[in-house]
Amino acid sequence: MKKIKINLTINGKKITLKVNPQERLIDTLRDRLKLTGTKEGCSIGECGACTVILNGKAVASCLVFTAQIDGSKILTVEGLEVGGKLDPLQQAFLDHHAVQCGFCTPGMLMSAKALLLKNPHPTREEIKTALEGNLCRCTGYEQIIEAIESVTKD
Amino acid sequence: MVYDKVNKPIRRIDGYEKVTGKAKFAADLFFPNLLYGKVLRSKYPHAQIIKINLDKALAYPGVKAIITAKDIPNNKIGVIIQDQQVLAQDEVFFIGDGIAVVAANTLETASKAINLIEVEYKELPGIFDPEEAARKDSFLIHSDRQNNQVIHHRLRKGDTEKGFQDAEIILEREYSTPFVEHAYLEPEVVVAVPYEQNSLVTIYGSIQNPFACRNAVASALKVSLNKVRVIQNHLGGSFGGKDEVISSMSVRAAVLALKTGQPVKLINNREESILESYKRHPYKMKYKIGATREGKLVAMEIKCLADSGAYACQTPFVTWRSVVQATGPYELPHVKTDTYGYFTNNIYTGAMRGYGSPQIIFANESLMDELAQELKMNPLELRLKNIYHNNSITASGQKLDNHTVSLEEVINRAIKESDYINKYQEYNKIQSGDKKKGIGMAISFRGCSLGAEATDAAGAIVAVQRDGSVLISTGLAENGMGLKTVFSQIVAEELGIELNRINYMEVDTSVSPESGSTVASRSTILGGNAVKLAAQQVKDKILAMIAAKYNLRKENLYLKNEGIYEKFNPQKIISYEEMIEVANKEGIFLSAYGWYKAPDIFWDEEAGQGNPYFTYVYGCQVAEVEVDTATGQIEILKITAAHEVGKSINPACLKGQIYGGVIMGLGYGIMEEVETYQGYIRNTNFDEYLIPTIKDKPDLVAIIVENPDPYGPYGAKSIGEPSLELTAAAIANAVAQATGKRIRNLPLNLERVLLGHALSREVNHDV
Repeated sequence: MKKIKINLTINGKKITLKVNPQERLIDTLRDRLKLTGTKEGCSIGECGACTVILNGKAVASCLVFTAQIDGSKILTVEGLEVGGKLDPLQQAFLDHHAVQCGFCTPGMLMSAKALLLKNPHPTREEIKTALEGNLCRCTGYEQIIEAIESVTKD
Repeated sequence: MVYDKVNKPIRRIDGYEKVTGKAKFAADLFFPNLLYGKVLRSKYPHAQIIKINLDKALAYPGVKAIITAKDIPNNKIGVIIQDQQVLAQDEVFFIGDGIAVVAANTLETASKAINLIEVEYKELPGIFDPEEAARKDSFLIHSDRQNNQVIHHRLRKGDTEKGFQDAEIILEREYSTPFVEHAYLEPEVVVAVPYEQNSLVTIYGSIQNPFACRNAVASALKVSLNKVRVIQNHLGGSFGGKDEVISSMSVRAAVLALKTGQPVKLINNREESILESYKRHPYKMKYKIGATREGKLVAMEIKCLADSGAYACQTPFVTWRSVVQATGPYELPHVKTDTYGYFTNNIYTGAMRGYGSPQIIFANESLMDELAQELKMNPLELRLKNIYHNNSITASGQKLDNHTVSLEEVINRAIKESDYINKYQEYNKIQSGDKKKGIGMAISFRGCSLGAEATDAAGAIVAVQRDGSVLISTGLAENGMGLKTVFSQIVAEELGIELNRINYMEVDTSVSPESGSTVASRSTILGGNAVKLAAQQVKDKILAMIAAKYNLRKENLYLKNEGIYEKFNPQKIISYEEMIEVANKEGIFLSAYGWYKAPDIFWDEEAGQGNPYFTYVYGCQVAEVEVDTATGQIEILKITAAHEVGKSINPACLKGQIYGGVIMGLGYGIMEEVETYQGYIRNTNFDEYLIPTIKDKPDLVAIIVENPDPYGPYGAKSIGEPSLELTAAAIANAVAQATGKRIRNLPLNLERVLLGHALSREVNHDV
């Protein structure tokens, strides 16, 4: 099968890849680029563990074909910490005990980050709506909401 | 007592790697020459395997090896009873049974190859109902057994016949609960690496219990324990779920790795996870209760039937916790309880957070509200008349005299915070419109740790390095709850050092002391004690060394704020770092092994009496709901959870356990059910198996009650499971108040609330 050449900017770095038409973005990130912070929990876009930010929007990377997104900008959890400084959301997740097993955490952070990119001061309901597609089985969500609110309420 | 490091909401020590994506979970591990495994599972819930033809699959390009049962030296594993087939030998007993495993260069190749394996089956009739399994004329699921009973536990106190004669009111009710999926966000993964370092095989994986996994792999390979090394680090949730299923996967991967001489990664996708992994036991429960008109309980007779599915797995112990706790925390002169587990051809059942308690609490706490209604009494008042206090005698004959029985305290705190009394009265009035509110409560007592199930001991190593940094290693594993942080806090407290000096090592069965399993809410109370004992030995060595050097009395010295001090003298004698230099120079070994064995307990299986646990925790949860009686929709408005934990080592982690447990309990109450039909499973991914989302989260209030326990480290006990076990019962009672209808079967989903029964649907077996 012919491979397709595409250009992507991932966490600020430009890369060129040759991919099969059916290669999912999550596989490109995890298997090819070893950006394993993005997690696979259900493979059908229900759990949100694989959420990344694609051109400013939170998407389930298990539902995106890499070949479809030539020229796109992607932000993954690995791109949140810049120059040794944590993103305020990452710091808030630490400060507010919003992390337990940590498997949903990258997806949660990316959904929250995408929300704050377009709405820096969301209401509690808006936070809940933005994170509705991110399942967590450990935390009961309470401390995740507290963490996000600590960043958005100032 | 005021502490420096414990009893403080210190940040998780494993948080940084988790928020940056640096934390490596099992699926994130790659090795040179890595092969990918894929399992071919049964087509039928019960069938004879006539023939397996691997020829076409073996010929498929990229396939390196295929194994079946005959490749496994010892094909039967199990923690309690060794009856679980790693791969089906001649017969498949449930739909998730594996038949063959392919190892290939890519996952895609392995996935294609399993479709080329030809299996000839003879489909057999199955038993899918434990009541049918219990009948004398039913066929034997496992032909080497006398009948289909996995286990029968009994508890006997007084004379229930006489008790019911004395009763002025008698109620008989039946309750049931469903199969439930753990739904950890990380599906199961193991990687087996052959001949790494000096081990025959090393297993990396999402493993809840590394030592149980090692036992299974060594026994299946028929090699000694020191040939198998299991390493666990980050685990994406488990809740009791990543034990036997992971052991079985580890054996399969190990056999393939040894056959090919290459590392083999075995990953379950979500569908495979739900099809293969064991579930929470469904229970059918018959309760009979007798009381006086004044609401004093006199007798209870209980019979619980648990569906064990195809294998025994944890059924013998799960049903034992049920038999001990089935009455709830109420004083009763006469009790007769029987719990049974039966084999069926359903998916097998095992440990899941709560472990035999959420089922019986749903029943006994629903029953208390039903009895209160019959007696025209407030449910709170009925409970308060009967609850355990200090020195109460439990149903098993244990006198609760070695710790503070905190039931009344947790009830009072939860009632006050939730405004239960006023709201209960308000919601009892006629409510206009379709939407009706209700408030309900549930209470429990829970035995900490394993109890008389098994030997209960744990170990820890605290090793001070020559620069003063510290390594901790224990045999108990971080499952996400914060164990690494809590244990590190304990060491920092004892040694008077900052947490950033401590590095908590992954569990490595070749290094870490075998400590039993990370289950039964036992980490803090057992492992915490072991860590504390190890740190205290290190502290003792330090103090002895400094006392000798400065000619001081050792008993007057203490460690604090990175230094060594003498009582009544604010001046530091020597800093921690200077002390380390002294130790280095004098050749003093500042490391120690801590070992903690739980206090003695006993259980007389024949008499059905004993002291099954050495201490207990107590909880009360109150749920407030609004039910749309036109649609059956339940909205949970608020849950108040008061839990007595002895002492909180980390209140923020502890609250996280309560919030998480409550939300999992909420799922159990109103939405979760693995739907089975004739052994097939209908809902195999999160589009159909629904767990609570952030939108389902009601207002949550967590109340921590502290009454230090004489046996706990700093008085600490347990929280993981207590937080989950009450929620469904509290919701059921709130829904009953709101609707005036009692639902005795979980979950309280739309159709049960609206129609009073569940709607069944066809099973489309498509994975």
